[in-house]
Amino acid sequence: MRILIVGGGTGGTVLANNLARRLAVEIRSHKVRLTMLTASDKHLYQPGLLYVAFGQMTPDQLYRDQAGLLESSVEFHVDPVVKFQLDQKQVVTKSGKTYEYDILIIATGSRIVPDEVPGLKEGSENFYTVEGAVRLRKRLMEFEGGTIAMVVSLPHKCPVAPVEAMFMLHDFFKARGIRDKVRLRYHYPVNKVHATANVAVWAKPEFDKAGIEYETLFNLKEVDPEKQIVYSEEGTECKYDLLIAIPPHRGMEEIENNKMGQAGWIPTHRHKLTMDGYDNVYVIGDATNIPVSKTGSAAHFEAEVVAENIESQIKTGSTVREYDGKVYCFIEGGFDRATYNAFDYVNLPVLKPPSKSIHWFKMAYNRMYWTTVRGLL
Amino acid sequence: MSEVKVVDARNTFCPGPLMELISNMKMASVGDTIELLSTDEGSGADVPEWVNKVGHEIISNEKIEGVWHIKVRKAK
Repeated sequence: MRILIVGGGTGGTVLANNLARRLAVEIRSHKVRLTMLTASDKHLYQPGLLYVAFGQMTPDQLYRDQAGLLESSVEFHVDPVVKFQLDQKQVVTKSGKTYEYDILIIATGSRIVPDEVPGLKEGSENFYTVEGAVRLRKRLMEFEGGTIAMVVSLPHKCPVAPVEAMFMLHDFFKARGIRDKVRLRYHYPVNKVHATANVAVWAKPEFDKAGIEYETLFNLKEVDPEKQIVYSEEGTECKYDLLIAIPPHRGMEEIENNKMGQAGWIPTHRHKLTMDGYDNVYVIGDATNIPVSKTGSAAHFEAEVVAENIESQIKTGSTVREYDGKVYCFIEGGFDRATYNAFDYVNLPVLKPPSKSIHWFKMAYNRMYWTTVRGLL
Repeated sequence: MSEVKVVDARNTFCPGPLMELISNMKMASVGDTIELLSTDEGSGADVPEWVNKVGHEIISNEKIEGVWHIKVRKAK
């Protein structure tokens, strides 16, 4: 039995380690072969980028060697897949090698595509790449006053990030003693300050209290970097001194090139996590088209379900669990308090009152991530 | 005549049905119709508000056995 994992982010790594433990005997006796193909020898802790932008973490803290995160029984190659030949049960990599499989797991994630919005790349900063977060950190430290506008493109990973960033901006400039010189303006695509009702109910009065201005039903159309104006599809505009954007996302280019899903999002069964039309191909994390948050948390819970099902398939001939839509997300409410959102397909999210203890747990989790992705926590 | 693409956002909370619709509208071509399925009580009003503000077109909006079926045509 050949199990091939394509992608070494949160989902792929949790899955590889989980499977390596569940199938340790089978791997040792060569009945199962577990292989991972990735595009990088480094693993990036993406939620840490927000903290880099605000000077609370440094880029080196966000990286580990991917090989060091994996159980030794996982065959690991830095050789990204360029062709998916699903009907032949094989993939072809950049180096030209062909890998055959019996079970394939696609965990290739997503990427930002700021070029989709005219002027966005030239006119805005973001915290969705290491380079972007470092640049934003410098811009924030140099900012002496004026309007900072936040705009949100769709779809994007980490749905609560724009709200968190606004609270952190408020606390950042309070700490610098120039909050009164900074106008914070938040723009959001739907008619509430957040698409998830309970987050909106909590965040709106908190925005009012912090003096954060907001405009809803603002769908990003284009940016004029020279005039420093951002325009909405709805016909409104905002003059800014610093524009922070949540850039639009797509699935990975290889997925689009192989025509496996529109905009790189792979059609996936929301409970089974199998790719439509292929019972032996699972998809986890951002790469799916299922309507749950694109977060490491969703990828992690999905990986656990897939690992359990692959083990069960091999040992009993049938699967045993379905993904229930479980997601758990911390939400920073500033520099010293946080809350969290936990929900699934059935249970509505219920927001706990923000507290210092949840904030400090999140800060600790930023380090503990390396144990969870190894499958130890 | 373009076929109707169904976006099944029943029992989803984050980012939620309207955000799923907006993301899918971005991928659609002018003239395409998307049918959103949602169990979010607010969708019956929130979706038309967004559609009208942006300038697309509501084809139909009805609740059948607890599920909103909202058809939207991309107009621009």
